[in-house]
Amino acid sequence: MREIQRYRQMVSEDSPAELFEVEGEALWKKPQGPKQASLEKCDLGLGPGVLKGAYAQLPRYFKDADRVMDLETRLLHCMMALQGRSREEATQRVFGNADRPSEMESLSAYIATQSRGMKMAPGLSHPKEKEAYELGRALYFQRTGPWDFACTSCHGEESKRIRMQALPVLLKPEQARPVVASWPAYRISTSAFITLQWRMNDCYRQMRLPEPAFGSDTTVALIHFITVTGKGEPYRGPGNKR
Amino acid sequence: MAGPMKMRATVAGGNTDVRVLMTHPMTTGQGGQALYFIQNVTVKHNGRTVIESEISQAVSRNPVFSFRLKGGAKGDTIEVSWLDNKGETNKIEAAVA
Repeated sequence: MREIQRYRQMVSEDSPAELFEVEGEALWKKPQGPKQASLEKCDLGLGPGVLKGAYAQLPRYFKDADRVMDLETRLLHCMMALQGRSREEATQRVFGNADRPSEMESLSAYIATQSRGMKMAPGLSHPKEKEAYELGRALYFQRTGPWDFACTSCHGEESKRIRMQALPVLLKPEQARPVVASWPAYRISTSAFITLQWRMNDCYRQMRLPEPAFGSDTTVALIHFITVTGKGEPYRGPGNKR
Repeated sequence: MAGPMKMRATVAGGNTDVRVLMTHPMTTGQGGQALYFIQNVTVKHNGRTVIESEISQAVSRNPVFSFRLKGGAKGDTIEVSWLDNKGETNKIEAAVA
């Protein structure tokens, strides 16, 4: 076994991600916002408050919002609709750090873990879901910004890497599958919990593009495209990243 | 300040394996940070102290520890507690499964 795989196996047995799950559960049940409501009635696609298996079926189309949403976008929707919070307030600090994780990160850990062992099955039947998939696919190839980068600049050819990190070609199901099965994840080098919205945001930063809005159609479409490409893989997260 | 802890204790082949996760910044005092780390970890089995340990700031943030205790049975109580250099403590108790 390659040493890196052995190391990953060792750290996956008891991951600090579990500490974020504990925090996330408390946040899920905590009354907040002008309406002093918890998120317990939030519908993540399987009915209000149903968490088991919900993450494995995201992103998907939500009728009440009339758009495709990933987990974090849906959580933001619930914070606004159920808790009466403003978008500005709820998105003030969506990405945290080791000292102070964000609400989104802890909630993502708590919700994702309840889909363990279930096959990733994002929505792909509604026209808007097909639209998001096509948009995500187009964005993956779209060269843009001052460096003329596309996702494919790094994630388009086999065996590319940044330092020790192998870069998966997310157009290929066999390479997308382990990725979608392990996000969101605990990042060992920064002791922080990272989400897919963060990943899209940070890739755009590395491409020297303006910061995308949290939960925008762009980031959701990319997440949807990658998840659909890797669909069918049993969820094993929250994972561990270097 | 003390964040959550998590623990699993399982008995197999006459030994009890304990795995425990702790939330702590574990800062080293370098680079302008304050020295802030867990100093002592104590493990109790049915109220009796079985491990008393001293650890240092060389241990990572949010540490994971595992211990193997001789003996033990289902339903026994395992308690793990820590004390840091600022005098803060936290503990978790669980039944052996």
